Amino acid sequence: MANPKLAVWKFASCDGCQLTLLDCEDELLEIAGRVDIAEFLEASSGRSGGPYDVSLVEGSVTTAHDAQRIQEIRANSKVLITIGACATAGGIQSLRNFADVAEFTRQVYAHPDYISTLATATPISDHVKVDFELRGCPINKRQLIELISATLAGRTPHVPKTSQCTECKAHGTVCVLVAHGTPCLGPVTQAGCGNLCPSHGRGCYGCFGPKEAPNPESLSARLAELGETPRQIRDLYRSFNAAAPDFSRESQRHD
Amino acid sequence: MTRAPLHLPDPTLLLAALLAEGIRVIGPAPVQGAIAYEPLDRPEDLPKGLSDSQSPGHYRLAETAPGRWFDYVVGPQSWKKWLFPARQKLWSAERTADGFELGQPDEPWPRTAFFGVRPCEIAAMEIQDRVFDNGSFTDPGYARRRAGTLIVSVNCARAAETCFCASTATGPRAEAGYDLALTELATGTGLLLEIGSDEGARIAATLALAPATPAQIAEAKATSAATARAQTRAMPEAIAGTLKANPEHPQWEDVAARCLGCANCTLACPTCFCTDVEDVTDLSGDHAERWRSWDSCFSIDFTYVHGGAVRRSGKSRYRQWMTHKLSAWHDQFGSSGCTGCGRCIAWCPVGIDIVAEAHALSAPDPSLPAPAPHEEA
Repeated sequence: MANPKLAVWKFASCDGCQLTLLDCEDELLEIAGRVDIAEFLEASSGRSGGPYDVSLVEGSVTTAHDAQRIQEIRANSKVLITIGACATAGGIQSLRNFADVAEFTRQVYAHPDYISTLATATPISDHVKVDFELRGCPINKRQLIELISATLAGRTPHVPKTSQCTECKAHGTVCVLVAHGTPCLGPVTQAGCGNLCPSHGRGCYGCFGPKEAPNPESLSARLAELGETPRQIRDLYRSFNAAAPDFSRESQRHD
Repeated sequence: MTRAPLHLPDPTLLLAALLAEGIRVIGPAPVQGAIAYEPLDRPEDLPKGLSDSQSPGHYRLAETAPGRWFDYVVGPQSWKKWLFPARQKLWSAERTADGFELGQPDEPWPRTAFFGVRPCEIAAMEIQDRVFDNGSFTDPGYARRRAGTLIVSVNCARAAETCFCASTATGPRAEAGYDLALTELATGTGLLLEIGSDEGARIAATLALAPATPAQIAEAKATSAATARAQTRAMPEAIAGTLKANPEHPQWEDVAARCLGCANCTLACPTCFCTDVEDVTDLSGDHAERWRSWDSCFSIDFTYVHGGAVRRSGKSRYRQWMTHKLSAWHDQFGSSGCTGCGRCIAWCPVGIDIVAEAHALSAPDPSLPAPAPHEEA
């Protein structure tokens, strides 16, 4: 049986999630041996063309050209998986969704008339059907390998949608919100990062986006009791997953 | 060997005796601003002069009189972290030419002592014993760890604001379930050492301690009684029946609006035992493993069956947790699942208080007509 054809695509993003694939060091050769990489410009300039068995898509849609390109990729892919906060929620660039893009370009570029961009940064799932979304800014290497292993084996990947708190408790990390009063998005954020920030005494920044059925209103009320201002609360939700609907609604409630 | 109480001038003498026997001692250690249970390698590792301040959604480790050993009470972790680890490999399998070969994980458990176990924590272990080793089912790893562990308990001389063990009859003094039990006496006057097993007696004998005086024994009892009186929360006695009779009480909606569904209460709870079992394969497909990890009735996938989850609302998930813990647990295991330790209160990020909820749920449901006076209950 021929190896499945894998393509890795980039939209508006920093390339960090694709780099997570290259960062799989110990497993990289095995992955390369189990798939035919048909498109992965971060790793190779070779391109063998579609159709593709599996497409991994990084980045959000921020231009009219990209909005067209994702349709073509979808049409040429049996399975389309989005990787990272840009692709699953719009990414940090979705801050533009809460502001005036024309004003941004005037402030930043010497020749704003050269810039052709959409008014919003949107997740891939706003444009095409997505078969699986792998969260994170960036994605977690262990989850990526699990996703690839599961996809190759034809099983569902084990990627829990529970809170970051479950990782803190499993790791024995003391709750920074309860024990230190540190603002933390852990109780409304999906697990998966490997408990990075709380295990270093920092509050969760919400890199993996909203957990299943989150209750940010209740968390915000507690953060306000702890002395956070409405603006600080708004800004907590407004980062890598700012445009994820649950976080977007909560940040706008504090505008 | 004598079982009469002894006077222990300093708890590090006992810790040193255990360590000298080559026993791995796990005990209280300040970690990330809270008391955790970690290996104590040297007698001087036992913390001193620490207390805590706890309230709903709030915990702070604090300094107290420098001579006090055990004025802090329970922290975020419980001993279940050791007896029932968060993640365990159940087995692995390697593909062979004509099938697969199973491998059993190696789970070493050196001779261990838990040092500083609180009475509510002894109660929690006894509750988990009925889950993991109950006559009809035995988890062999759990049973081996439990049997290979000495219990050195500490009766509480102080209650936190979140403690309510007096109302659940699980503390603040342990009557059984320990090998050795300590009660701290007035600052600087040592501890009462009570003996609960032959192994405890043997270890105590190595210390050549003086018998406790009647005054010291009376002081220890009075300390426990004062700790019980100091508790400000009490679980309603009739809560098991109340919850069974009130599945549609409006308070469930009220608490669901505040509940984050984050699962902290269940993971901090010393008796919650629910797990997820996950099969993983590697990239080659030639190696598979089965892992068991802590799960929670607050996760939606916990009740996932073909077509979706059974408990879809936050209300139904909170109700499941509390009703199982305080009511259905009696039917299943012959006791409440709550030991009054207060961890679910302190470690809830938004400070949901199970005792306050229990009282609110005990108030009549205003949406129901009041029962007619002549009706039997």
